[in-house]
Amino acid sequence: MANSLGYEFKKGLWQELPPFRLVLGLCPTLAVTNSAVNGLAMGLATIFVLFTSNILISLVRKTISAQVRIPAYVVIIATLVTVADLFLAAVFPDISKSLGPYIPLIVVNCIILGRAEAFAQKNSILPTAADTLGIGIGFIISLTIMGTIREVLGFGSIFGVKLLGEWFEPWIVMILPAGAFLVFGGLVALVNWISSRKAEKAASAAMSR
Amino acid sequence: MESLKFVRKPKRPLPQNNRITDQRTLDAKEINPNAEQPSQAATRLIVSSSPHFLNTESVPKIMHNVVTALLPATAASVYFFGWRALLLIIVCVVACLATEYAFQKIRKQPIKIHDGSAIITGMLLAMTLPAGFPIFGAILGSVFAIGVGKQLFGGLGYNIFNPALLGRAFLMATYPVLTTTWVWPRTMEKAIDAVTAATPLVMAKFEGKFDVPIMDMFIGNTAGSLGETSAIAIILGGLYLRYKGYINWKLPLGYLGTIAVFSAIFWYVNPAKYPSPLFHLFAGGAMLGAWFMVTDMVTSPVTSLGQWIFVIVAGILAVVIRLFGGLPEGVMYSILFMNAFVPLLNKHTRPKVFGEVKAQKG
Repeated sequence: MANSLGYEFKKGLWQELPPFRLVLGLCPTLAVTNSAVNGLAMGLATIFVLFTSNILISLVRKTISAQVRIPAYVVIIATLVTVADLFLAAVFPDISKSLGPYIPLIVVNCIILGRAEAFAQKNSILPTAADTLGIGIGFIISLTIMGTIREVLGFGSIFGVKLLGEWFEPWIVMILPAGAFLVFGGLVALVNWISSRKAEKAASAAMSR
Repeated sequence: MESLKFVRKPKRPLPQNNRITDQRTLDAKEINPNAEQPSQAATRLIVSSSPHFLNTESVPKIMHNVVTALLPATAASVYFFGWRALLLIIVCVVACLATEYAFQKIRKQPIKIHDGSAIITGMLLAMTLPAGFPIFGAILGSVFAIGVGKQLFGGLGYNIFNPALLGRAFLMATYPVLTTTWVWPRTMEKAIDAVTAATPLVMAKFEGKFDVPIMDMFIGNTAGSLGETSAIAIILGGLYLRYKGYINWKLPLGYLGTIAVFSAIFWYVNPAKYPSPLFHLFAGGAMLGAWFMVTDMVTSPVTSLGQWIFVIVAGILAVVIRLFGGLPEGVMYSILFMNAFVPLLNKHTRPKVFGEVKAQKG
């Protein structure tokens, strides 16, 4: 592949930031980010599954015939999701309980199958690792930011630590599904605005040269 | 005359064969097959699309008349709930104007806060709040109403939902307790010994009692939102708007009529369990919604059939939510819900253009 490992890693952090640029993986992005801890835990569980499953897929990409690749990928992903699910239930039962069905639902997270289809099945292990780490870290950051904003406004706290005093009347809407859509829309607008500013600057720099 | 050289070209070439791909192209041909090319006609005659009549109305004039129409309800709210009501209205109006100004400034658009549309949003939002509602909440609701409800969609005329109702819906979800903490009007004797009050609708919903005198509800002598309790004051304002010709009688009367007829069916079947149609008409936000929110020029359909569908479905929804839903009041959600359908209604109830031929299949 022509692109450097650094590029494959970095593109997931901004250019192809999963929820805000690719608009993928919206189910966990909207459903579990009612607190910063939940967002972070969801992001970590996802990156574990994303990284390991795509490495495996990249390893076996030449042995699996094209006709049955999707079922084969799903089996690999489902196995790793089960691992993550049982691990969370054993070590962090509280988080496991609050994330509920959304941990098993990582199986159908379109980021994972999407990366497998778009990247891992065509690339060797090292680029795949760089790609999935970048995308995964971008996903963790996005979910944690979503969770933080919603937790601050909806509970007045960050990671369970009380941030705003008694004067603050929590915005219940922020921990409801409607708040998820509001915050998500706001963040997509922000990301688009920043990148359009960047493009404008690049264009004016190119003009003046 | 440099500018005349630039002739606008169609973005994509029109299809050369006779298959129908563009409905509008077809219409023009059907109506006048011998139509001249626009570039030749334009030099002699300026042809503009309808409407052709001149009118002295303008957005600021209409908006200021709507503000006038809201004055009776404002006066009634101050009479029943004291100066606190006026304070809430002023806070909402100022916050709406400030948000509108800030958004137009940031988006580098012409500042148009003088057109008065933000004043109406502020007044209507305040009218839907309980008198004891905290000031910061009123500011938050105003910022949301104008910012998200109106300016994010592109400003006046582009919003899908009624901004004031959207602000109220946001506050309802944000502060569910504060938005339903009612106070008694100061004209009632209960004012002394009761801190929180129950509106007629809350009593009907959760206590199964609807014995509030209809006359009290008509005049406004009950607990409720600032500008919603006094039906007579709202009707006065609505009639003024009708007299000025700003609202179509179908919208308010169709909405109220549907509520009355639909609730009358249940009342007729079991008057012990379901409140009377008069109760439904004068309780909660039905009057304010019918005269000032259903009739919003931006968020109601333009075609006659569309308007009928809009008000009838909204009226049925309001009664269904009141009688069978989890909430005591359904006016707000019924109108917001139907607002979402307005583009669809406008599209599918468009009357035929004179001479229009139905598009052939294939």
